Amino acid sequence: MIVGEQKPIAEIKAMVAPYNKVLILGCGTCVKTCFAGGEDEAAVLTSALRLAFKKDGKNIEIETQTIERQCEDGFIKESAAAVSRNEAVLSLACGAGVQDMARRFPVTPVLPGVNTTFIGVLEKQGLFTEECLGCGHCELAVFGGVCPVTRCSKKLLNGPCGGSRDGKCEISPDTDCAWQLIIARLTALGQMDNLRTYIPPKDWRTSHAGGPRKLVREDHII
Amino acid sequence: MNSTSISGLQQVLEGGDFAVTAECGPPRGANTQVVQKKGELLRGNVDAVNVTDNQTAIVRMSSIAASASLLQMGLEPVMQMVCRDRNRIALQSDILGAYALGLRNILCLSGDHQSFGSQPDSMNVFDIDSMNLIRMVRTMRDDGLDMSGFKLDQAPRMFIGAAANPFADPFEYRVIRLAKKIEAGADFIQTQCIYNMDRFKEWMHMAREEGLTEKVYILAGVTPLKSVGMARFMDSKVAGMDIPEETIQRMASVPKENAAAEGIKICLETIAELRDIQGVSGIHLMAIEWEEKVAEIIEAANLLPRPAF
Ligand code: SF4
Ligand code: SF4
Repeated sequence: MIVGEQKPIAEIKAMVAPYNKVLILGCGTCVKTCFAGGEDEAAVLTSALRLAFKKDGKNIEIETQTIERQCEDGFIKESAAAVSRNEAVLSLACGAGVQDMARRFPVTPVLPGVNTTFIGVLEKQGLFTEECLGCGHCELAVFGGVCPVTRCSKKLLNGPCGGSRDGKCEISPDTDCAWQLIIARLTALGQMDNLRTYIPPKDWRTSHAGGPRKLVREDHII
Repeated sequence: MNSTSISGLQQVLEGGDFAVTAECGPPRGANTQVVQKKGELLRGNVDAVNVTDNQTAIVRMSSIAASASLLQMGLEPVMQMVCRDRNRIALQSDILGAYALGLRNILCLSGDHQSFGSQPDSMNVFDIDSMNLIRMVRTMRDDGLDMSGFKLDQAPRMFIGAAANPFADPFEYRVIRLAKKIEAGADFIQTQCIYNMDRFKEWMHMAREEGLTEKVYILAGVTPLKSVGMARFMDSKVAGMDIPEETIQRMASVPKENAAAEGIKICLETIAELRDIQGVSGIHLMAIEWEEKVAEIIEAANLLPRPAF
């Protein structure tokens, strides 16, 4: 999923302060799962903002709605009526959702209420970890299902650097060394030969380095 | 110089002399006199001077410029190059430029992560890894091709070095990685500072078993400790460093004013032991901001005079 984190209330407050009527729009998929922008978070944020503005003696009307996904037009439509009643939208979706909303409502300011952080998983309760950079050419098969492009701090493809210690990365004792995990996995899978295999430089054209990406599916074009 | 040798360092190693190199960190400023002063302290005491490339991700004078300045003084530089700050285009371009300036030794490294440095807010590059950097320099040198396969009008001929850390984890993988680096094109290896002699010997044993010491020159890294504080700091804070508690205790057991002398004594014992290990071709002395001690250490280790080339 896309993992995100709600922005600090002070930052959100400053963004919405210029408006009198604001729609807080939650998103019911990824950001819901990571407790950043689902229905519950939208409700809590609404109360917190109302309270904060009230303290300042400022009267802002806040409406709240949550749709299934802000990155899909079919769902975005469901917010059209609420959007038209307000001067601005504070979107709690990821960056893609915020932009899709902006595309759909060209004259309404759509503000980001969430910092989109990474594509990741819930590793354990309360801990989300980054797993994929969306490089456009997945090579997980040779690395035993652990991505060094994403999870090694130096994107090393040919083995661990000299800073790996006790299974941790040199950048922090809280960060697993991806290469330690790769070696353990390949050992468990009996694929140690992969460790000796030379991996050529990555072709970054399929990644963001090649410019903003598009995916065209001719078979889906009507 | 032997006509097939690319560099003076290569010639010393091929000649079978126990090689001595030392480290020179460029200044945090544009003053070349700092480099020259360090160079003067090393002149005649070492076969080559290894010039760091923004080590620990702190901005310093470029490795190429400082290396060129040492070359002008008649010293033999080993230019370090890290993958952290340059993409493959910049790496290749800098190698061509370095060769054009007369530099003939390169040490290929991944580089310390920028989070250690003074500008942790910077972006890193890591377009290619050190393994691929080694291979790239080899292909430029031996095939005269850049990474696109373009035939260069003059190939940069570099004597290629790589790093190895026998003390990092996982230990079993360390020799495999060494083999991969040799396969990629490393001519010489510079190791992490050695304090844990047992582990180093075990690593060397494994390297010999794999026949690797026949294929590469290994320069064993040594760093004299100045104080017990430095020992503790290095052991806990410097990535990939392993200082046994015994050594730390030994540094702690002497009065403060004798600590530096004790550190040098440990260093000399280490050098003596290293000279007896089959497959160790020399030492790389990293006397961090202590270049004035290099001459004394090399002399006390009976490694003077250095061979002329
Ligand atoms: S190789 Fe690329 S696509 Fe596969 S997990 Fe890593 S970053 Fe994602
Ligand atoms: S310690 Fe491991 S994860 Fe960290 S940079 Fe080195 S190899 Fe990559």
